[in-house]
Amino acid sequence: MVTATALEAELLDLAGQVPDPELPVLTLSELGVVRAVRVHGADRAEVDLTPTYTGCPAVEAMSLDIERALRAHGMREVTVRTVLSPAWSTDDITPEGRRKLREFGIAPPREQHAAGPVPLALGATRTLTGTHTPDPAPVECPHCGSPDTELLSRFSSTACKALRRCLACREPFDHFKEL
Amino acid sequence: MTATVPATTAALALGDDALVLSHRLAEWAGHAPVLEEEVALANIALDLLGQARVLLSLCGDEDELAYLREERAFRNLQLAEQPNGDFAHTIARQLYFSTYQHLLYAELAAGEGPFAPLAGKAVKETAYHRDHAEQWTLRLGDGTEESRERMLTALTALWRYTGEMFQPVAGLDADMALLETRWLESVTAVLTRAGLPLPEGPRTGAWSAGAGRQGLHTESFGRMLAEMQHLHRSHPGATW
Repeated sequence: MVTATALEAELLDLAGQVPDPELPVLTLSELGVVRAVRVHGADRAEVDLTPTYTGCPAVEAMSLDIERALRAHGMREVTVRTVLSPAWSTDDITPEGRRKLREFGIAPPREQHAAGPVPLALGATRTLTGTHTPDPAPVECPHCGSPDTELLSRFSSTACKALRRCLACREPFDHFKEL
Repeated sequence: MTATVPATTAALALGDDALVLSHRLAEWAGHAPVLEEEVALANIALDLLGQARVLLSLCGDEDELAYLREERAFRNLQLAEQPNGDFAHTIARQLYFSTYQHLLYAELAAGEGPFAPLAGKAVKETAYHRDHAEQWTLRLGDGTEESRERMLTALTALWRYTGEMFQPVAGLDADMALLETRWLESVTAVLTRAGLPLPEGPRTGAWSAGAGRQGLHTESFGRMLAEMQHLHRSHPGATW
């Protein structure tokens, strides 16, 4: 791997400071989607961006924002490449990013550590009542902190979130689901 | 990225599956039984559309491929194009397809072929699609008499389209026989838990369906394409 120059490090930092278009509380660096910046010649930059989901419609907006930020820093030509491998994981979200998500009212993804398939389990749903075994790593309510929350839907306002409800404070909330 | 001819054949097959099923699922917009389900189906459709864009881009211009090909040039499975029917039909189609797609992507992701990067990404998305379909199959099969009856009808109606998934595809480096065994095991296990019998009847050979990979499609596919392609063909090059 080629070591980044000081300019490349500076541009990587700049690209990373661009806010996420759908979750503007997070920067792209906190989300963990900007992989690398390479400078060719004096003023041509190439940025590697990885999508959270293959079909994430925010990628185009992210690319435009990165282009704008780097052009404002003297780059004449900015190309943003979408790279799929290695696949982005919610473990790439920084601790600071997790803190900001929680503050914004979104339960952050639980850390998975080990790579591999997403563990799936029968969860409680609003149309299915009955006993459910306690989750070893419960999703905590971002509002009141209660671990007693239930899944309403595995899919929510964007592909990356699930919809849950807190059984303590009764507030519904989004959960950035593990990927 | 340039792909070899067999890889293009495979990319087109997988890309068309994703594109066509994405469009079918998107037809639920405004019609799903509850709001959460509306959002779930749209999200699954979006994941599939993202996969389709990557796969079709390996073969050529994604817009041209999606909007300007005739019916016979599409290489998707006939299962993917089957109409939504009632909600149970959609869930049966999802169960059959997402189980297959998840197993296939897991295998491709573990290899080093041209589809490994995409498969490594998409396998995590399709795990959620598969889970969604399994949960609904359990709920409908183990629900009311009506829901059970409808789920059984749907599973049986689509059964004959499931053999085609395991036909070899040029450029696709996957052990289809092994995939089929795993698929059958998984679907059988889900149906057993749902209290539903495994449908009877042939999945391959006479009286089964197939040949979508060769460009032969079922009646409703032409109408679907007409709707999907109409805007682009009427206003070529238009942008928002």
